[in-house]
Amino acid sequence: MFAEYWEIIFMFVKAFTVGGLICVIAQIIINYTDLTAGRILVYFMLAGAVLQAFGLYQYLVDFAGAGATVPISGFGYLLAKGGMEGAKEGLFAAVTGPLMAASAGVTAAVIFSFLVAVIFRSRSKYN
Amino acid sequence: MTGKHKENFNQNYLNYVNSFDPPTKHFKNCFRAFMVGGLICCIGQFLRYMLERLFGLSGDVLAGTVSIFLIFLGTFLTGLGVYDRIGRNAGAGSIVPITGFANSVASPAMEFKTEGFIYGLAAKMFIVAGPIIVYGVLVGATTGIVYYILGLFGVV
Repeated sequence: MFAEYWEIIFMFVKAFTVGGLICVIAQIIINYTDLTAGRILVYFMLAGAVLQAFGLYQYLVDFAGAGATVPISGFGYLLAKGGMEGAKEGLFAAVTGPLMAASAGVTAAVIFSFLVAVIFRSRSKYN
Repeated sequence: MTGKHKENFNQNYLNYVNSFDPPTKHFKNCFRAFMVGGLICCIGQFLRYMLERLFGLSGDVLAGTVSIFLIFLGTFLTGLGVYDRIGRNAGAGSIVPITGFANSVASPAMEFKTEGFIYGLAAKMFIVAGPIIVYGVLVGATTGIVYYILGLFGVV
């Protein structure tokens, strides 16, 4: 009983630490190079995808759970994983696999962003 | 004043100007990024447990549902103008998590709505997310094809 609770709490600590550290790496890069947010997102997604292509990011996901899948590198991980799993079924699935795996995120982003843009007005004018 | 001398002069002037910049607070920035980024990941982990316990989801469905919830959170807070306020303090802590991706889609969509629904809202929606999807699909499909070819030779 207690062991189970400890495991859950430990999982939260791991997710917090790994997710936080990924953000700290990005913050250090921003501090020293003035990269914009868009570039950071692309580079981190690529890093996750390439790490997974060599089979490494899976270890981080198994270790930290949401701490590794919630950062944008987890999106790249998902794309690469989709390609790798599709490759077992054939060439067609290998090519369509990446977007298939990422379809939930992309669809949600499009639908919710459309609704939000229709409902709300931009407030970032005072930046 | 020409050549080398002018370069020196410009450099001296730049140094002089930079001396008035407030110093970048590296440690403070990193600490905030760590706390906010970690917290968003913990929300993701919490959603994972909740959806697993309450609805019995697992595997890809569970992971997809968690990201849908987080993306909803990111876009909704962007609409309310709260996410920008978080981002001003948290820096990378609000950019790197998937909520930052959602923010980067929703924010230009909102801002360019005035330019129309097609060339404004819909086209500008992918101004940041577009490159992510382009290079993601390229790398993902390449990985798939390489694994397929390696599979043909029985390597993987």
